[in-house]
Amino acid sequence: MSRELILDKVRIALGRTKGQQPPPLPPARIRIAEVNIDFRVAGMLQKVEALAGKTFLAGTLAEAVNYAASVIDGREAVASNAPFLRECGVTALPGVRTGVTDRVELRELCASCAVGITSADYALADTGTLVILSSGHEARMISLLPPAHIAIVPRGRILSGLDELLSILPFPAEQTSSMVLITGPSRTADIEQILVRGVHGPGEVHVIVV
Amino acid sequence: MSVVFDEKINRARGDGRLQLAIYDATARLMDKRKHALEGDNLPDFQELRDCANALKKQTIDNLDHYLEQFEANVIAHAGKVVFCKDATDVSDFILKLAKERGARLIVKSKSMTTEEIDLNERLEHHNLEAVETDLGEYIIQLAHERPYHIVAPAMHKTRYQVADLFEEKLGVPNETVIEKQTMIARGVLREKFLAADIGISGANFLIADSGAVVLVENEGNARLSTSAPKIHIAVAGIEKLIPRAQDLAVFLKLLGRSATGQPLTVYTSFLSGPRRGEEIDGPGEFYVVLLDNGRTKLLEDSGKRESLYCIRCGACLNHCPVYRKIGGHSFPWVYSGPIGAIITPQFMGLNHEPGLPFASSLCGACAEVCPVKIDIPRVLLELRADVTAAKEREGQGGLERMAFRAYAWLMRHPKLFEIAGRLASVLAPASSSGWLRGVPAIMNIPPVRAWLSQRDLPAPPHQSFRQQWRTRVPRINSR
Ligand code: SF4
Repeated sequence: MSRELILDKVRIALGRTKGQQPPPLPPARIRIAEVNIDFRVAGMLQKVEALAGKTFLAGTLAEAVNYAASVIDGREAVASNAPFLRECGVTALPGVRTGVTDRVELRELCASCAVGITSADYALADTGTLVILSSGHEARMISLLPPAHIAIVPRGRILSGLDELLSILPFPAEQTSSMVLITGPSRTADIEQILVRGVHGPGEVHVIVV
Repeated sequence: MSVVFDEKINRARGDGRLQLAIYDATARLMDKRKHALEGDNLPDFQELRDCANALKKQTIDNLDHYLEQFEANVIAHAGKVVFCKDATDVSDFILKLAKERGARLIVKSKSMTTEEIDLNERLEHHNLEAVETDLGEYIIQLAHERPYHIVAPAMHKTRYQVADLFEEKLGVPNETVIEKQTMIARGVLREKFLAADIGISGANFLIADSGAVVLVENEGNARLSTSAPKIHIAVAGIEKLIPRAQDLAVFLKLLGRSATGQPLTVYTSFLSGPRRGEEIDGPGEFYVVLLDNGRTKLLEDSGKRESLYCIRCGACLNHCPVYRKIGGHSFPWVYSGPIGAIITPQFMGLNHEPGLPFASSLCGACAEVCPVKIDIPRVLLELRADVTAAKEREGQGGLERMAFRAYAWLMRHPKLFEIAGRLASVLAPASSSGWLRGVPAIMNIPPVRAWLSQRDLPAPPHQSFRQQWRTRVPRINSR
């Protein structure tokens, strides 16, 4: 067993004894910018656009659904089980499947659908980021396998940035096995540094703020 | 400097296309980084660097504590931690697990740590298929090469080379449009993701207070590798720890900007344990392999310990005049550039390539850009001292030492020094430019030739300073 060997070597090299406490850490460096909600919304939309994502600011749930319908445009779509999506009515659109709770079934569906629809637990205004915590409501694959991703986000969920997120969720692992921060469409620049979108994840990202 | 190192350097320098590719790519990355740090984009950059350095110092100086804390938290979230001392330990663990689960196909997302232990070759040797899924890494794997750069592994390949490679290895028509090449790779790899039994990732950070693995990427391949297969194994060096999830507020701001000029990369995954209760997807098993492979040896030396603070952003490579000239493949191990120059001798031993710590102009650009403030030039100097001491112990380096001793002796004998000076101006070859570019036949021996090939010496003047001094016209101080 290499465990004891490695830990012993570490302790000997550092001159420490087993169980010795380290000096206390300084408080984490969290700096939350005070940004009012209108600026947060505007910042979020502007950053997503700058990353070549599409955005839509919906005044009502119905507007949000209409926009989503125009993006889906008759293609097959899969929606997460987030209650907010049901409230919106987007799950009732023709061609939208939802309510899947089986891992294998969901994966196959996501692999064949053109559009994945999710909500987001939070959004980060200063980077244009969607934050999704994996749960019974939000699966990992819906925002990942289909070539297009639509996220419908209530405006109150938009935080100023990463620091605020980490102050609200100091221990993300207590909530979920997977928290993902999504900042724009999937991209690569691995060949001659030329930017190409949609390499493994969705190349098309639509953020609808309600 | 070994002959092999020398040859590789000369080959890289002689390849015009390659020179241009490295120059362009690194310049672009430097530009992006610069822009991301300019003006209001990150005004507290320097403060964040200090903070990151202090956090890394605390972690590395108390590493055993954070390792145990991390392990306890992984277990609390139903994951497992496997300590491995070397490459064999890692492949034994993975092979055993694969056998028990009947696994055949493994998808991998970019990980320098697994490059370090040649994991793919080891797995393939046992009839497991291990496929790299980051586009750059995939290209490199098809070409049977090592990554050229920590962040941009296929930096040295042109679209035409990729076209030929795909044609040969994948049996697709020769396609030179980069978008289409990307889609070819997407198609091939998509099937692998959905069929894979195991996903192997590296880790950008390990979070002690959460038992979490943090991965940053732009393509989505790391998300797929860690979420689609039933088993996720993260392979990481023991130095990847940081104390708290909240410390990401420091490190994530630095990493993306330093690497590619992005405030955040497209995807940042924070993963802890297998899929839980209500969760619909995600792996059923979650393992973190903590690799030593020479790192504990490096800890012993408190002067060089900071080499382990590295977050592999690649900024020091892009800003290094030596890297930009000789490229990634000239370096003797998987890690290239300034960070490679300081960790290779410490991991692999000084003899692996004794010339490596000397392949630097000590310009300090690396230390200036390093987001965790590793004093790379200082570590290089210490390594040079180590190499010289080792040579002396082995009775090597005699010629150089003799030359310097003779020079020191000459300096202490003014009369002889003057004669030598006069001889120099007589013996030196004629020079029209004022610089010496060659040496007389009698001195044209390899060490002298090699030394002069990289340096210009001013031609000796007709009259030495002493001669001029003696014949000067004394001036009367008029004031
Ligand atoms: S040494 Fe510093 S600059 Fe170089 S890769 Fe590591 S973190 Fe980046």
